[in-house]
Amino acid sequence: MAAVIEKTDKPDAVGELEKVPEPLPGAGVRRVGRGTVVAAILVVWLVLFFVLKGKQTLTLAAADLTDLHRWFNDLNDSIGANRNSNPLFIYFFNEIRLVIDTLVTFIQELISQSSVGRPVPQIGWLGVVGIVGYLSWAVGNWRVALLAVAGFTFFGLQGLWQESMDTLALTVSAVFVALLFAIPLGVWAGLSDRFNRIITPFLDFMQTMPTFVYLAPLTLFFLIGPASATIATLIYAAPPAIRITAHAIRSVPETTVEAADSLGATRRQALMKVLLPMSKRTVVMGVNQTIMAALAMVTIAALIDAPGLGKTVMQALESLDVGTAFNAGLAIVVLAIVLDRVTTAASAREEAARRSKNRFLAWRRPLLGVGAAVTAVLVYLSHTYLWAAEFPSEGDTGSAISSTTDTVTTWVQDNLSGITNAFRDAITYGLLNPFQTLLTDSPWWLVGAALIALGVVLGGWRAGVTTAVCVGLLVGTGVWSDSMTTLASTLVATVLVMLLGIVFGVWMGRSALVDRLLRPSLDAAQVMPPFVYLVPFLALFGATRFTAIVAAIVYAAPVAMKIIADGVRNVPATTVEAATSAGCNTWQIITKVQLPMARGALTLATNQGLIYVLSMVVVGGLVGAGALGYDVVAGFSQGQLFGKGLAAGFAIVLLGVMFDRITQAAARRTSA
Amino acid sequence: MTPTQTAVPQLSSTPQDPDGTPVISVRRLWKVFGPKAEQVPESEELCGLTRRELMDRTGCTAAVRDVNFDVRKGEVFVVMGLSGSGKSTLVRCLTRLIEPTAGELVFEGEDIREADGKRLRDLRRSKFSMVFQHFGLLPHRRVVDNVAFGLEIRGMGKAERIKRALEVVELVGLSGYENSYPDQLSGGMQQRVGLARALAGDPDVLFFDEPFSALDPLIRRDMQNEVIRLHREVGKTMVFITHDLSEALKLGDRILIMRDGKMVQCGTGDELVGAPADDYVREFVKDVPRGDVLTLRWIMRPAEPDDPLDGPELGPDVVVKEATRAVLAADKPVKVVENGELLGIVGDEEILAVVAGQEGDM
Amino acid sequence: MARQARQWRVGAAGLAVLGLTLTACGGAKVGDSSSEADGSGSSGKCGTFNVAVNPWVGYEANAAVIAYVAENDLGCKVTKKDLKEEIAWQGFGTGEVDAVVENWGHDDLKKKYITDQKTAVDAGPTGNEGLIGWYVPPWLAKAHPDITDWNNLNKYASKFKTSESGGKGQLLDGDPSFVTNDEALVKNLKLDYKVVYAGSETALIQTFRKAEKNKEWVIGYFYEPQWFMSEVPLEKVKLPEYKEGCDADAEKVDCDYPVYKLDKIVSAKFAKSGSPAYDLVKNFNWTNDDQNVVAKYIAVDKMTPEAAAKKWVDANRDKVDAWLK
Repeated sequence: MAAVIEKTDKPDAVGELEKVPEPLPGAGVRRVGRGTVVAAILVVWLVLFFVLKGKQTLTLAAADLTDLHRWFNDLNDSIGANRNSNPLFIYFFNEIRLVIDTLVTFIQELISQSSVGRPVPQIGWLGVVGIVGYLSWAVGNWRVALLAVAGFTFFGLQGLWQESMDTLALTVSAVFVALLFAIPLGVWAGLSDRFNRIITPFLDFMQTMPTFVYLAPLTLFFLIGPASATIATLIYAAPPAIRITAHAIRSVPETTVEAADSLGATRRQALMKVLLPMSKRTVVMGVNQTIMAALAMVTIAALIDAPGLGKTVMQALESLDVGTAFNAGLAIVVLAIVLDRVTTAASAREEAARRSKNRFLAWRRPLLGVGAAVTAVLVYLSHTYLWAAEFPSEGDTGSAISSTTDTVTTWVQDNLSGITNAFRDAITYGLLNPFQTLLTDSPWWLVGAALIALGVVLGGWRAGVTTAVCVGLLVGTGVWSDSMTTLASTLVATVLVMLLGIVFGVWMGRSALVDRLLRPSLDAAQVMPPFVYLVPFLALFGATRFTAIVAAIVYAAPVAMKIIADGVRNVPATTVEAATSAGCNTWQIITKVQLPMARGALTLATNQGLIYVLSMVVVGGLVGAGALGYDVVAGFSQGQLFGKGLAAGFAIVLLGVMFDRITQAAARRTSA
Repeated sequence: MTPTQTAVPQLSSTPQDPDGTPVISVRRLWKVFGPKAEQVPESEELCGLTRRELMDRTGCTAAVRDVNFDVRKGEVFVVMGLSGSGKSTLVRCLTRLIEPTAGELVFEGEDIREADGKRLRDLRRSKFSMVFQHFGLLPHRRVVDNVAFGLEIRGMGKAERIKRALEVVELVGLSGYENSYPDQLSGGMQQRVGLARALAGDPDVLFFDEPFSALDPLIRRDMQNEVIRLHREVGKTMVFITHDLSEALKLGDRILIMRDGKMVQCGTGDELVGAPADDYVREFVKDVPRGDVLTLRWIMRPAEPDDPLDGPELGPDVVVKEATRAVLAADKPVKVVENGELLGIVGDEEILAVVAGQEGDM
Repeated sequence: MARQARQWRVGAAGLAVLGLTLTACGGAKVGDSSSEADGSGSSGKCGTFNVAVNPWVGYEANAAVIAYVAENDLGCKVTKKDLKEEIAWQGFGTGEVDAVVENWGHDDLKKKYITDQKTAVDAGPTGNEGLIGWYVPPWLAKAHPDITDWNNLNKYASKFKTSESGGKGQLLDGDPSFVTNDEALVKNLKLDYKVVYAGSETALIQTFRKAEKNKEWVIGYFYEPQWFMSEVPLEKVKLPEYKEGCDADAEKVDCDYPVYKLDKIVSAKFAKSGSPAYDLVKNFNWTNDDQNVVAKYIAVDKMTPEAAAKKWVDANRDKVDAWLK
C-alpha cells in the first residue's frame, strides 16, 4: 500500500548537501525579518478566523459529488464502453499489453510458474540461487553474493519460494521496462533544460498521484493481469531513474565535455564515450531507487491480481493474520535489501577494482568462467531433478516467524495501550484538533490567502504564484475541506518526522556504529507493506487520524534521518575540530555547529519528509484519517465515487507540488 | 580606449607582418552573453558603454569586446588578464566552443565562423586542440586511452592509435603510467595527460586555457619548462591563456593583455614592460624584474659626441640581465649595433638603473 | 596464456566431477511423476474457468468451494483472480473474468454492466442473506440491553465520544467498498453522533475486537455474514424498519439498510458457453451458516482455501450433489 515518493533521492540529496555554503553574514538579519512577517500573517489569520469561523468552508459530504466528479465518472464509463471498438485500444494499448505480458510470462515460466509440459518452472530454486549468487559476485563482490544467496535461500525456508519468485519476476520486468524508457528520457532531460522543465511536472505527478486512483482505469486500458501490474509499478518506479539519470548527466564536469568537443567529438560520441560512462555510477543509484519503488508497489499491485508476495500479504490481512502477513512482508524486505546492496555494490565495483591494484585481475576471468560453469550445472540440475526444482523445506522458518510475530503483537497490544492512548490524546487534542479546526473552519479564501502569503514570504514570488495556482486548482477539485483536513494531519506528521529525524539523524551522523545498526531497520520500515504494522497500530491507537500519522512517520522518518545523518556527517571535520578546541561541549557542537551547518540537509529533509508523508495519505485513509485518503480509497472501491477519488488524487498531487516548490525555493533562499 | 590608442611602440605586434599570412587572424571579435546579444556589437551607442552600464541597460554581459590580433605560425601567443577579463571566453571563441557574437575569425585563410558543424569538427579533429585548466580527463579510462581519445574520435583503429598514444605519452614524460587511471596521478601528471591528449592528434595549433593555474608552484614551473621544451621540439603554434604575468613573460613570444573584455595592449614582453600602454599595464608590470625582460634597445641612449665609441658591441635584443656583466666589465660604454648601424650606447649607469630597479618610469 | 589454459582445464575437470557426482545421487527427475501433474490437468469439456476473488473471507469461502467442486467433479482448470469488485466486473467485458460468486447489491454496477454494456448477467442468489447495519460489541449489548434500539442512542452519545468525533458520539463507519447512508441517517434521525471513517474492514474489526476485550464503548457499521462474527458475535442495533423505497433519495434516508440477497454474476459469454462450470455457479446455493463454517476454517483456523473447501465438501456431499444434479 505504500506509495513511495523518491522525489529527490539519496545521491541527489548528498549532492545538495555538498553545495550548502556558509551562511551569509546578512542572512541572520534577513531571517528575523522574515520570521516577523510570518508571525504577522499567522496573527492576521487567527484574528480573521475568530470573526469568520465556519463561513464559506466548502465542505462536501462523503457521498456528495460535484460536476467535475460526475464528468470524471462519465469519462471513465465511456472509455470502458468503447474499449473494444476504439482503434487506440485495438492497435496501441493491446499491443503494449501483449509485449509486456509476454515478457512477464516468460520470466515467470523461467523461475516461478509451471510452464508448458512441466509442473515446475524451467529453473528451480537451486538454479535461481546459483544465478543470483553468480551475478551478484560478477557485478558486485563476493560479500553481496553471499548475502544474495542467503537471502534467496531464506525465501525457501520461509515457505514463500514461489511467491518471492513471482514478485521478483514482476519487479524485474517492471524495472526493465521502466529503465528502457527512463534512461533515455533521463539522458534527454540531462542534456536539455527545456525538456527537463517539461518533464518535471509529469514526474511529480507520477510520483504523488496515489496509485489507487489509476489502478482501476489501468485495467480498462491493459486488462487484468501482469501487464497492468507491471505498468502500475513502472509509472511509479520510473521517475527516480529519470531524475537521477538527468542529475548524473548534469553533474559530469563541464571541462570534460568541453574537452571532448574540442577534440571534435560528435554529439553521439560525446554521449556514448563521455557522458554515459561518466554518469554510470550515479545512474546505477537510480536503478537502485527504481527497484525500491517497484517493490513498494508489490502489495497494491496485488489488488489487480499481480502474483507474488503482495497477494500473500493481502490475503493474510483479510483475516487480520498479522503473523503470515509479516512473514511475507519480511520476504519483501529481504528482497529489497538484497537488490539494494547488490546494485550499490555493482555501482562501486569498477572503482574498487581499479584501486585493488590488479592482484586478482589475472584470476578474475578464469574464476568468472568457472563460476559460470558451476551456475550452468546448478541450472541444469534444477531443471532436471525435483529436489533442486522445488524447495525442499516446508517453510517451518516461516511458521516460526509468523507465530513469534503473533506473540509479540499480542503482547504489545495488551500491555502498551494505556501509554499509547495517553500519547495519542495529547497529540490529537493539543496539536492536531486546533490546527485542523483553523484550517477547515476558516473561509477557503482566507486559508488560500494565508498560504499564498506564506509562499511568497518563504519562497519568493515564483513560489507564491505556484501556491496561488495550486490553491485555485484545489478549490476546483471540489474537495477543499477534505484537503484541509489532510493538510493538518500532514503538517503535524511532518513536524514529528522532523523531530525524530533530527534526533536520530544527528545520532547517526555522529556515530558510524549507530548508523550501521539502524540502517537495515530504516530500509525495512520503507519497504515493509504498511498494513503489516498497521494492524497492531490499529489495536494500539484505534481507527484514528493519529494512527494514520504514525503510519506516515514510520514511512517518512527514515528518509529524514538518512538525509540529516548525511548532512551532519558532511560538516567539515576541521570546523568541528575548531569548535572542540574552542571548548564546546557535545551539546554546543551539535546545536551551534553541526545542525546550523547542516541546514541545507534539514530543509531537504523537511521537503522529502513532507512528500513522503503525503504519499501515505491513502494508507492513512484506510486506518481512520478520513479526508482525501478515504476519498481515494472509496473512489477505487465504488464506481460512483471514481470521479471524486480522482479529484482527491489530484488534490494530493497539488498539495505535494505546492509544498515541494515552497520548501525548495525556501531552501535555495537560505542557502544562496 | 581602443587598441589603436594603446599601440604605442608596437614594434612587432599586429597586422603588417613580414613572414606571410598569420595562422589565426581575429578581427572585431565580440562575445556578448544575454538577451538579444547580437544587437550590442551593431549599435555604436551600446559599444561605447562600460560593462556595468551595458549590464544595466540591456541585461547583457560583454565578455569579449572588439578584439583584434594575429597569431603567427610557430609562435607562442599569450593572452593575459585577471579573472573576468574575458580571456577564457576568447580562447573558446577561437575554436567556437563558444559561439562568437560578431567579428571575423580566419584560420589559415578560412573563415571559421562560416564553417558548418562537420567542417568545424574536422578542424577540431585535425587542426586545433586544447588543454584545459581542470584537465577534463575521463576518469574511467586509462592514461593511454585518454591520450588516444581524440584519435578514437577521428575513427583511427585501435592498434594504430594506441601506438601513437604511447609515443606521445613518452614525449610528455609519462612512460610507465600508461595503464594508470587519472585519479591515481598527481595534478601535474594529470595535466601532462591533458597535454599528451592535445598533442596526439598532431594539431597545427594548441590552445592552453590556464593549464597550470591549478598546480603547485614547483610543478607549475616544471610544466612551463615542459611547454617550452615541447615548443622547441615540435614547433607548434600555441595560444596560451594565463593570469600569471611571469608565466606570460616566460612563455610568450607576444602577449595580449585583456581587461573587461577589451584588449589593452599587445606586444612582446619587453614592449609591455618597457612601454606600458596605460596605468593598468604599468601597475601590472610594476614588480617584474626589469632586467630579466628589457633588452638593450629599451635602455640605450643616443650616443653623444663625447662618448667613447670604442667599447664592445652588443645587439639591441640582448636582455639587460645577460648584458650586465659585459657592460660592467667594460670600462667604456657598450655600443648597441644592429646590422652594422649604431643605435645607441649603454653604460654602467643605464644598466645599474635597471638592475637596481630605480628606473621608475621611462 | 598457457597458465590460463591450465586453469581452465582444471576448472572444467572439477566441474565435470561435481556434475557427475550430483547427477549420480540425483533422485527423482522432473516429469517422473507426470501422472500427478496430469490428474487435474485433463480438462474434459469444461476448459478454463476464471473466477474472481474479491478481498473478503466470506467471498473467499464461496470461491473456494466452487473452485474445488469445479476442479474435482467437473475437471475444470480453475484460475482464481484476486480483484476488487469493480475491476472484476470490468473483467466480464474483456473476457478475463467468468464469474463473481458473491455480490452485495451494487445496483450501479448492475446497471452499468448488465443493463447498459450487456457484458454480464445475473446467475441467481447464493442463498446467503447480507445484513448491513450498526453493531455494538456483545459486552455492551449485555450491559446496556436498551442500546440495541436506535431510540436510545442519544442517551449514550457522550459515552461514544473519541478524539475523532468532535464532542459528539462516534459512529465508526467506512469500509470503503460498501455504500453507506450513515451520514444521512444520523442527520435524519437527529442523532447526536458524528460519522468517522475508519477506512477499511481491518480497522473496523480491530476496533471491535479491542472494544470487546477492553470493554470499550464502540458503535459502528458492520455486516454479516462475516467470519469475525464467529470470534466476536456483534449485536445489531435496530434502526427504523426498512420499507421499499425509503432509501430512494440518498439525502433523506431514515430507515435501516435492506436485507441483501447476495447473488452471483457471470459474464454474458460464459453464460452462453455451455460450460458445466456455468451450471455449477448457477446452482450454487448455501446458507449463511455454511459460509461461516468455511470462512472460519480459513480465517480462524488458518487453513488454505482449498483445504477448507475440501473439508466442507467432504462433510456436505449431499448439498454439492444437488448443485451438480
